[in-house]
Amino acid sequence: MAFFCDEFPIVERSEIASGIFSYVIHCPSVALAAKAGQFVHIRAEGYTLRRPISICEINREKGTIRIVFEVRGNGTDKLSQLEAGKKMDMIAPLGNGFTIKEIPSDKTVIVIGGGIGVPPMLGTAAEYTDNKVKAVLGFRNKDRVILEEDFKRVGAETAVCTDDGSYGEKGLVTFPLIEELERGKTAMIYACGPTPMLKAVINTARVYNIPCEVSLEQRMACGVGACVGCACNIRKGGRDFVLRVCKDGPVFKAEEVVL
Amino acid sequence: MSKDLSVTVAGVRFPNPVIAASGTYGFGQDYTDLYPLNKLGGISCKGTTLEPRNGNPAPRIAETPAGMLNSVGLQNPGIDMFITGYLPQLKKDGNVIIANIAGATLDDYKQAVERLDSTDVDMIELNISCPNVKQGGASWGVTCDGAAAVTKTVRAVTKKPLMVKLTPNVTNIVDIAKAVEAEGADCLSLINTLLGMRIDIRTRRPILKNNVGGFSGPAVFPVALRMVWQVANAVDIDVVGMGGITTAADAIEMMMAGAKAIQMGTAIFTDPYSPLKVIDGLEKYMEENDLNSLEEIVGTVQPW
Repeated sequence: MAFFCDEFPIVERSEIASGIFSYVIHCPSVALAAKAGQFVHIRAEGYTLRRPISICEINREKGTIRIVFEVRGNGTDKLSQLEAGKKMDMIAPLGNGFTIKEIPSDKTVIVIGGGIGVPPMLGTAAEYTDNKVKAVLGFRNKDRVILEEDFKRVGAETAVCTDDGSYGEKGLVTFPLIEELERGKTAMIYACGPTPMLKAVINTARVYNIPCEVSLEQRMACGVGACVGCACNIRKGGRDFVLRVCKDGPVFKAEEVVL
Repeated sequence: MSKDLSVTVAGVRFPNPVIAASGTYGFGQDYTDLYPLNKLGGISCKGTTLEPRNGNPAPRIAETPAGMLNSVGLQNPGIDMFITGYLPQLKKDGNVIIANIAGATLDDYKQAVERLDSTDVDMIELNISCPNVKQGGASWGVTCDGAAAVTKTVRAVTKKPLMVKLTPNVTNIVDIAKAVEAEGADCLSLINTLLGMRIDIRTRRPILKNNVGGFSGPAVFPVALRMVWQVANAVDIDVVGMGGITTAADAIEMMMAGAKAIQMGTAIFTDPYSPLKVIDGLEKYMEENDLNSLEEIVGTVQPW
């Protein structure tokens, strides 16, 4: 799992929803090494700590990756001001990424994203072809909906839910998830999003006994495993471990995560 | 063209004076994708205790203007794992390897250091100043008696060069430094992090689950520089300076204040290459000022 630290040119920048930015970055070495579910650690000029941002899409032919992030504070605001043509200082790719599996032809996988947890699920969905992937995307309201067309472009049958019903189905991602699981065709579930959503997805996966992987988030410093700042609690074989989201994760098996 | 950047601290030769600070560089394996460990003069390993520790609950990290807080709380695999699992590779990959030891009781320190004494670790740094753990060393480091007791206990069981790391969270760091020197410390390192806090104004909760944590980064540099200057003027043993060093100019200031070598930590999080940039900058400074040894500048500040 080699990673790089360098300044890479920005090919494309766009604001895809209010305060949510999409960047395409030319970084052939990173694109070649990257896996869906990994992240990049970006330096924001004038700030001590880098910002961990998940990889949204990988294009190995063009040597690019795409990231999508929301402006949450001054650091991400600074990042969002970087124009195309400027360079992005990144340590990348970092973390383990989702496990992509060979699945039988009559089976499908489900990717679930909530809010700004949606972007990494796009690259994960893109790993499965031939109508093998269903996407369930949850947002607060219509204004926050992102990447729906992108999921359709990569061949995912896509359902969108909003908390207030202003777009798609009203309600939580677990409703379409359960509907799909009831059809009995699901081989694997992948999820990234806010903690309450992850808890619900993990419980649902347990009830239906479907393998599930989730991507966790935590305040991070080094991003490479050295500082042990981004701790998460993991239970394996009856034993408790404190692991690093950045290096041991960010993706963990659902049944091992203690939230 | 190429200069000899080596310095000698407590009898140990460092090929250059830049050391990765404890807690910021793990056990030397995490940055090897970017450059080999032997580019650094040395590494002070993650604070290690007699038994493995899981540390504090997350969040353990918060950003501050020109700095950060951490409340990791000495999460580490324990001394035996350090010796068998990490030390052999560290010795192969790196230059000066420094074990950083913390404990709750005098006996914890004694037993951990006893086990290190028979290894080929180059130096032992005593952490009597972790701000994140109750009796995680901090309680020893804040009084002259406590600091002296730990130093004396450990001195009795090892001949390894002994560096004692001082906390700035005290009334007078010079008194602590003198107490530690009197009990046989070979050198001192300072400063550990300053105790700090941040609050999320939306939730009215501290950002750190531990409520408070250690403050580091460029913001603390002037405090660190002042303390290194005061301590270096008051003791005869060598001093290693740290606290917010980010550039070669910072490192030179720290050496002029009296530090024979320097440690870098938080700057590595911002830019993993920063230690190498400091080393390059030091070499350039030597060339420009026609120095044969960096030790020529140590303690040369001329106070008004």
